[in-house]
Amino acid sequence: MTASDRRSKADRIRHVLEAEGDAVAANTQGFNAGRYESVADLEAYEDLKSEARAIKKDAIERLPELIDELEAAVEANGGTVYIADDAADANAYVREVVADRDADRVVKSKSMTSEEIELNEALAADCDVVETDLGEWVLQLAEEAPSHIVAPAIHKSREAIADLFNERFDPDEELETAEELTMFAREKLGEQIADADVGVTGANFLTADSGTMALVTSEGNARKTVAATDTHVAVAGVEKVIPSVEELAPFVELIGRSGTGQDITSYVSLLTPPVDSPTLDFQSDETGPAADRDFHLVLIDNGRLAMREDDQLRETLYCIRCSACSNSCANFQQVGGHAFGGETYSGGIATGWEAGIEGLDTAAEFNDLCTGCTRCVNACPVEIDIPWINTVVRDRVNLGEDAELDWLVDGLTPDEEPAGLDPQKRLFGNFATLAKLGSATAPLSNWLADTGVSRRLMERFVGIDRRRDLPAFASETFRQWADGRPTVADPEREVVLFPDLYTNHVQVERGKAAVRALEALDVAVRVPDVPASGRAPLSQGMIETARRHAEAVADGLLDHVEAGRDVVVIEPSDHALFQREYERLLDADRYRALADDSYELFEYVYGLLANGASGDALASGDGRRLAYHSHCQQRTLGVERYTEAVLDDLGFDVVTSDVECCGMAGSFGYKQEYYDVSVAVGEELTAQFTADGVEDRAVVASGTSCLDQLDDLLERPSKHPIELVAPTARAERVSGD
Amino acid sequence: MTTDHTTLDRFTERLDDFDVSHTLTTPDGVPDAIEAVTDLPAVGVELPDSLGRLPESVETDPSPSDLEAAVTGVTAATLGIADYGSLVLPSTPDGAEPASLYPDRHVAVVAAADVVPGMSEALARLGDRFRADGGDAIVATGPSATADMGALVKGAHGPKAVHAVVVRP
Repeated sequence: MTASDRRSKADRIRHVLEAEGDAVAANTQGFNAGRYESVADLEAYEDLKSEARAIKKDAIERLPELIDELEAAVEANGGTVYIADDAADANAYVREVVADRDADRVVKSKSMTSEEIELNEALAADCDVVETDLGEWVLQLAEEAPSHIVAPAIHKSREAIADLFNERFDPDEELETAEELTMFAREKLGEQIADADVGVTGANFLTADSGTMALVTSEGNARKTVAATDTHVAVAGVEKVIPSVEELAPFVELIGRSGTGQDITSYVSLLTPPVDSPTLDFQSDETGPAADRDFHLVLIDNGRLAMREDDQLRETLYCIRCSACSNSCANFQQVGGHAFGGETYSGGIATGWEAGIEGLDTAAEFNDLCTGCTRCVNACPVEIDIPWINTVVRDRVNLGEDAELDWLVDGLTPDEEPAGLDPQKRLFGNFATLAKLGSATAPLSNWLADTGVSRRLMERFVGIDRRRDLPAFASETFRQWADGRPTVADPEREVVLFPDLYTNHVQVERGKAAVRALEALDVAVRVPDVPASGRAPLSQGMIETARRHAEAVADGLLDHVEAGRDVVVIEPSDHALFQREYERLLDADRYRALADDSYELFEYVYGLLANGASGDALASGDGRRLAYHSHCQQRTLGVERYTEAVLDDLGFDVVTSDVECCGMAGSFGYKQEYYDVSVAVGEELTAQFTADGVEDRAVVASGTSCLDQLDDLLERPSKHPIELVAPTARAERVSGD
Repeated sequence: MTTDHTTLDRFTERLDDFDVSHTLTTPDGVPDAIEAVTDLPAVGVELPDSLGRLPESVETDPSPSDLEAAVTGVTAATLGIADYGSLVLPSTPDGAEPASLYPDRHVAVVAAADVVPGMSEALARLGDRFRADGGDAIVATGPSATADMGALVKGAHGPKAVHAVVVRP
């Protein structure tokens, strides 16, 4: 990306933030809070998610046979099935149906798939097309695109909708309240539905055994769209097919809870069309026999069957479009789908959809807004590893179209990536090299990096926003400090403390504190000579470079594991890497061995205390008041509770933040094009830490990025919690002391 | 099949959660129970014999304009789902679906014996029916609703209020 591309991207995002950010944040955060509340009441939540995933996995595996079975079932019911290769094919078929019916008006209930194929535009020449979902209708009138896959008009405030209606329809009395706007829309749309000839719906699920479709709605417009028209056309991606009616159960239980936080939406229409209701002719005021009804199911491939063959994109087809990955995403909460979205789909999983349906170029436009924080992972009702799909697509974007031609110059670059890789990505991906150089030449490197000239150059050539403070490299690294240093002679346990990049080169003090704390608990500590984890290249989509790091880290640590030493990790994003992404990078045995024996620092301290070590050896809290922000990836793994528990046990008085992410996310917040989003996310966190009763608490955070963000945005300093817990002096048991 | 006490209790609690009022009655009490919550004009479809009968004031076989004019619609629900306070509404040739959809108030009559504990039990019943001879069912939970206009409003396209008449022998 050139400097001017980056600037225009930054401008675009800033515009969306200013125009739509507040409305999007209020709505998505409301949905997200609703999700936590609703799933907490669902006893079998985790089991239902696994069940839903298993059903989708099976269905996608058996898709061709299920499509055949569905086709037979629909035809036996008296409907027609058309399998469309692509958007043009699907639209041509629907146009034919509409022409045969001599229809003047088509009414539609909300369907993302119809937006994907741009059905409205295709039908516009032939007839009037009216969206009947209130949000979609607002957008149709305003000529805007959806900003959210479930609640398409969340970027518009009530006031903006009132202005739109008042201007467009000039009602006798100006419309103002949500109630007035809704009733006005109901009446207007009711008239349009009554006169319509064809009703178009999507389908959330289709059951192959009976030819039944499930439509998940709240307003009742889908019911009216079907009941009031004689010809029903349903458009659906082929991936919507599941084997049986009974298998709808987990999806019906999960979709509303996961999306907008409703236990269930008002209406789940289970239709086996043509439906059994009499036809309604509002003009002649007559009803007719149900047998006059006509049904067409248009099943759309449009890239899906190729996604099914793609080992990395396949899981995208499990998506039930609930919007959990949008609502749980800290970046999406700020910018919505107009920035974090492609041609049709938005939010975390949109990268997979857009890459598969539109192509890499479309996915590349917004894919970097996924920072890999993983907060969507536990929220996804079908357990899709959405951050991994984003990483894979980023890698493919990096490789570009002519990747295979680059092998010659590959040898000249410090990583495993092709020569065409964006220099910004290469810089951040190779942060390990930079950090090594930075420490070797500190403090000169820090001084040089911080001059106005170099900040301008950095912004221009690699897009590092000059408003960010840069990390200050320590001249003595953590490993140099620990090298040859005596430790506990006759220990209870032995650990290797992983020298993550940030602890080693920047936050050396938290490393020293970790050593003091562990030694105080009678643990011998070694700081091994292993390379960086690979987190930095992975977050830039440099999968092969990350794999090389993972192999080297495993080589360096597994000998220790075999010798009975535990691996302890300070940096939560590296601990999460060992637990999650290394599964994709290492062979199964090596991954398992390392994951099983590595612990986040406070998880380990908690374990020592629970197994009889005395907390007296650590610093006492004495009621000291703290504000704690845990790391996003820590929370996805559920290990943040150990920090809270240890601080609590030691007598600290802790309040915790409940934002999904700090917004810094490694390199993300440094990038010029994303600086504003990053700060907007961070301000949600700092608002909590400057609130009444919290504003005077000492700030602690587990992640390097979180600490960077807090240091930039808060006036008071922040620390890793181990620095408060560790005794100030070295433990007596350390020999040679 | 009988429904035990706790399933019915759970059902009525969940009806409350979703702002659905209810009456518990016997088949003989059904016409009065319906009448008590019906504003006119009212449309509806005949109830199965086991659920009692409609009051005289409810117009059956309504025309489209009757549907648009009606304030209340009365139909039978084939199932109740206790965990969600849901009423399972069939589509029938005599027009149960439009009668339950167009009027501002929907009164659903359901047999206590047809209240199942959860979603799986409901779909198990529906699966056999759908596979055998098609059929449609709206799992309806609370009134029609939207938040698209900046705040939650009831009655977006469908009923603004729902009442369940639960019939015990």
